[in-house]
Amino acid sequence: MLGNELTARVVRKDSGAVIALSGTVDKNAKDPMENAYEEASGGNGELILDFNEVDYINSSGIAVLVGILAMARAEGQEVGAIGLTDHYREVFRITRLSDFMQIYEKAPS
Amino acid sequence: MARLRRRRPDERIEETPAPELAPRTRLIDPVEIPQGDPLESVLLTAGGPVEMASLEAESDTITHLQAAGVELVVPLIGQGELLGALYLGTRLSDQPYSSDDRRLLGSLASQVAPAMKVAQLVREQQAEAKERERIEQELKVAALIQQTLLPKELPAIAGWGVDAFYRPARAVGGDFYDFIELSEGRLGVVIGDVTDKGVPAALVMATCRSMLRGAAQANKTPAAVLAEVNDNLVPQIPPGMFVTCLYAIVDTAAGNVVFANAGHNLPYVRTSDGVVELRATGMPLGLMSQMDYEEKTYRLEHGDVMVLTSDGITEAHNADGEMYGFGRLIGQVAKKTKNDDLVASLVGDLEKWSGPGAEQEDDITLVVVRRTASAEKSASAFAERADVERLVSFRLPSVEGNERLAIDTVVEAVAPLGLSPSRLERLKTAVGETVMNAIEHGNQNDPAIDVGVEVSTSASFLTVRVTDQGGDTEIPDAETPDIEAKIAGEQTPRGWGLFLVSQMVDEVRRSTDNGTHVVELVINRQGES
Repeated sequence: MLGNELTARVVRKDSGAVIALSGTVDKNAKDPMENAYEEASGGNGELILDFNEVDYINSSGIAVLVGILAMARAEGQEVGAIGLTDHYREVFRITRLSDFMQIYEKAPS
Repeated sequence: MARLRRRRPDERIEETPAPELAPRTRLIDPVEIPQGDPLESVLLTAGGPVEMASLEAESDTITHLQAAGVELVVPLIGQGELLGALYLGTRLSDQPYSSDDRRLLGSLASQVAPAMKVAQLVREQQAEAKERERIEQELKVAALIQQTLLPKELPAIAGWGVDAFYRPARAVGGDFYDFIELSEGRLGVVIGDVTDKGVPAALVMATCRSMLRGAAQANKTPAAVLAEVNDNLVPQIPPGMFVTCLYAIVDTAAGNVVFANAGHNLPYVRTSDGVVELRATGMPLGLMSQMDYEEKTYRLEHGDVMVLTSDGITEAHNADGEMYGFGRLIGQVAKKTKNDDLVASLVGDLEKWSGPGAEQEDDITLVVVRRTASAEKSASAFAERADVERLVSFRLPSVEGNERLAIDTVVEAVAPLGLSPSRLERLKTAVGETVMNAIEHGNQNDPAIDVGVEVSTSASFLTVRVTDQGGDTEIPDAETPDIEAKIAGEQTPRGWGLFLVSQMVDEVRRSTDNGTHVVELVINRQGES
């Protein structure tokens, strides 16, 4: 049984862009995430990763997220996250991902 | 006008639609030149186009070509081999072929021949690749049938420990085993081996398995079960195939084992006085109908262990061509290792003996049934403390993504414990990461090697035990990853798994036993948060 392959859809907003993720964030998430990042980054404002439709994140997925944050850091792109469950908020805190991205309870207005 | 014809004896003719032809043009039917035909040696030695009229009617082929109006035959020769020939009829102008024509044809032939040779080789290679692919596909199907029909879970019976191991050979033999729950706390245990390999063996195994289940569930005795299956199998089994099989009914209350044997390897029991063979005679299934099977009873005392094996173990060869043999098997059964995990110690010893990288010739199957020492409630060698209860024990092939299956099975097993949602989520992440490690690193993504998962609980602890066969690879301690360095691109973004696991559970224990690498994830149930 494999995870649900991740889809990453870019939604542009006035204040930035949202990458709506759906499926599993594991090592197979690398390409869709990076492609979506390329598409969404570079505009004005913050780039928000929306985890509402994500069912599972594992350590390989965390590595993918770190890779995205590394790209963002190099370009001075702000990154945030919404829609994380309590458990993954804890995982982001433990791994200190949350020190490098703003974690929102709700969508930033 | 002209056609290339030279067919290898095993080559099929591919029908090509006739092209549109100019008026007065006609196709000469393909004519093959049989090997050894006089025309062959003429063409091989001519050194250029050969005029048919100049040849004597030495063979049917020559006569036939002459009658068909072939005027000129241009041999296509590559590396001394006649690859094909151009047959030319009369020129459209009715003029004879000039020496210029012949030179042109000759040089054309010398250029076409190497291309023909290459094309032939390519085609042969493609056919070979296709055949290999077909065999691979068949093996996959056989493995799938096999894996689907083997028990997904081991029976958990208070006072008994049941363990099983199955590893298919590359060509997938016909080994199988089964556990059948019967009335009054009795457990049917089956081990069998279909002669032959691949899909045919897998299909016979599937048939035999359902016949055995049917007969066993009708509460028949082992001898009656084997006799019935034998009679049903004889008319259905392909000629030359048969099935060896042992069927035992374990009375888990009294400790008695009633068994009958259709030509399978003998089971062994390790008792406090040494190893005992359980003998019962009978012919393999599917050879002849109306056979009688001897039925015997043996009483397993507390602490006794019964081991059922397939001949893939005893008949395994090492690099020197020696067989593993019964003597070594008995010696290994007799040994009581630290955890007394017979599956691990037997498989470990076999691997050590076969040597690294040895190809496994036949399926290897092991079933271990142990009656725990008195007063012990449970099951596995590991869960042998009085208050420990085994919730589930299962094995998964080392295939990417199977960690999700492990998570789901563990979640289901621990449901009665009522863990808080946050503890459950942490456990899920820890199990997922640990099983993923076992699949990727321990077992190197080899689907033939299983990851074992066992969940047990006591009043104080919940323990998930994950085993893989990567015992020799050193597993580093979990370090806190340096996220700054990772985000700055100074380190690989990877390397989160072990750290994450260490943060998700109260304790992580690692150990290695005989090539088996064990990770135990422990949650303190008292510290429920």
